[in-house]
Amino acid sequence: MPQFAGGGSGIGQTTVEVVLALLFVAVGGLAVSEGLRLGNGWGFDGPQAGYFPFWIGLLLIFASGVTLVQALRRRGEGRLFVTWPRLFLVFRVLAPAAVYGAAIFFVGIYAASAGLVLWFMRGIGGFPLRQAVPVAAALVTVTFLVFEIWFLVPLPKGPLEHALGF
Amino acid sequence: MSELAALFHGFSIALEPTNLALMVAGIVLGVLIGVLPGLGGANGVAILLPLTFTLEPVSAIILLSCIYWGALFGGAITSILFNIPGEPWSVATTFDGYPMAQKGRAAEALTAAFTSSFIGAFVAILVITFVSPLVAGFALRFGPAEFFAVMFLAFASFIGLSSGSPFKTMASMMLGFLLAGVGLDTVTGELRGTFGSTELMRGFNFLVVVIGLFGISEILQSIEEGLTFRGREGRIDLRAVLRTWAEMLHHKAIVVRSALIGCWMGITPAGATPASFMSYGVARRLSRHGREFGQGRIEGVIAPETAAHAAGTSALLPMLTLGIPGSPTAAVLLGGLIMWGLQPGPMLFVEQKDFVWGLIASMYLGNVVGLLIVVVAVPWFAAILRVPFPVIAAIILVVCAIGAYTVNNAAFDIVLMLIFGVLGYVMKKLDYPLAPLVLALVLGDRTEQSFRQALLLSEGSFTIFVSNGLVTSIMALGFLMLFWPLLSKLWSRKSAAAGA
Repeated sequence: MPQFAGGGSGIGQTTVEVVLALLFVAVGGLAVSEGLRLGNGWGFDGPQAGYFPFWIGLLLIFASGVTLVQALRRRGEGRLFVTWPRLFLVFRVLAPAAVYGAAIFFVGIYAASAGLVLWFMRGIGGFPLRQAVPVAAALVTVTFLVFEIWFLVPLPKGPLEHALGF
Repeated sequence: MSELAALFHGFSIALEPTNLALMVAGIVLGVLIGVLPGLGGANGVAILLPLTFTLEPVSAIILLSCIYWGALFGGAITSILFNIPGEPWSVATTFDGYPMAQKGRAAEALTAAFTSSFIGAFVAILVITFVSPLVAGFALRFGPAEFFAVMFLAFASFIGLSSGSPFKTMASMMLGFLLAGVGLDTVTGELRGTFGSTELMRGFNFLVVVIGLFGISEILQSIEEGLTFRGREGRIDLRAVLRTWAEMLHHKAIVVRSALIGCWMGITPAGATPASFMSYGVARRLSRHGREFGQGRIEGVIAPETAAHAAGTSALLPMLTLGIPGSPTAAVLLGGLIMWGLQPGPMLFVEQKDFVWGLIASMYLGNVVGLLIVVVAVPWFAAILRVPFPVIAAIILVVCAIGAYTVNNAAFDIVLMLIFGVLGYVMKKLDYPLAPLVLALVLGDRTEQSFRQALLLSEGSFTIFVSNGLVTSIMALGFLMLFWPLLSKLWSRKSAAAGA
């Protein structure tokens, strides 16, 4: 595990550089194979549909390949991408955000948003419920008025809204 | 002076009560967006874009462009009072703005920032008013090969002028092109890159990608940096304004130079952020007080702010005339034009006079309104940052999710937004520029189309890209920009060898 000059440990910069570059190479590879499937030559109506993805994919592989080599050359420097405590902070936001994204499919956006505000204020900010509940309620009400009533943009709804007749 | 007549007609459109109201609303929203971390010009406009379909295109663009001006103004407030750049282009403003505030000169720093922003924007609008009809008229002669050449030039300059690794810029750009290609191929009607997924048949909408890349990633980065807001008081009184203006008169040269740097960097798609850094660097190098920069020199606020606003505004020139945006926010606005059913490019100046000149007139008015609003309302906007971060972060997440959802009425897009948020966070931390990705995503289809059309015309021969003087010189310029880092390295080595 690489050590940070100022103490603390975490994920090394090189590791993340390499992983991202490999991911881009893989995406480039997908594009090249898709280009070959669609045909990267000359059709009766100009270059075939696979022409562009094929060459762009190759360029992505080239650029990321260079980045990969450059990153590996610098791997001795031991720079950190992020320390564990900081990564934990990021996950405290990212995990509820992911749950929020999934919850929208089941309970609609209003209930999920209220839940997200409550969780952030109570769980991360340490606010008492008597402060968190009004903020969540206000956000949901304003959102509902702006989108459903004024701009007539329907947002995803769940069983709760259906029970209320929307 | 047909431009002046057209401009006055534009003013009559921009001064309609609805448009004026939208202008003020846009500026206020924009400043808010600029002040809040996690909401920026590009994704602020992206989130609101789906709400503008009920408006006339000219009203819609006035609202959205005013959000952009507001965001440009707003970024400076947090930089100076809190040492937190609300926008990437106001990073350079923190260097001297925050030290000024610490010395109790916050009002001067803010006034200098707002006034320089205003002047920078004003110069850029003048350039747009008088240069864009010429560029558009010139571009009317463009065929597919010329259009591809211009796109090539734009993208090549991105790689050549990138401040970090040109390979990272290239990777980011190619990823944008590939994402743009996913979905139905407009020429042959074949499905590309969907790998059997019905959700991917729609392709990747750039609005969803922008909201994720710029919005969600920003929240993740802010929380990682453990945001604690410790701000200075910012209240501006008339005496401070007058005193600052008198002081600014001594720095006329810096203002003019920075405005020109900004206009140049905005039209070539380098954007507001590099413009502000470059202008700051030049001001420091040329100043007799260069060593005192970073300790609270007013020039250190004037230079980046003038350039950032000039660049941010002039980024609309290539967008209007060629359909090539000079900044991520301009790219989002361009996407808006397409969604409102307008064809971006030189024909806009012929077919949509009301739209073009209404927009240009609204730029003049919007910046005056913006200056007044920020000078008067600074303390209120600064107060927003006293709201605890968990509350702000939750609300921004919800706003981003709604914005991503309303693009296609698809909950799947919220998942995509989160994925792009994580990608953006990692890319930003590894110094991958995000602007090329967004530009390639917005322009990908049109770049590919003009390329294929050009080759169709020439029956597959690449000589079409050198078939006349115009296209040859644009392509040559493109290659020059592309290999610029290499050439300048060779050049300096050669001159070093000659000197030794």
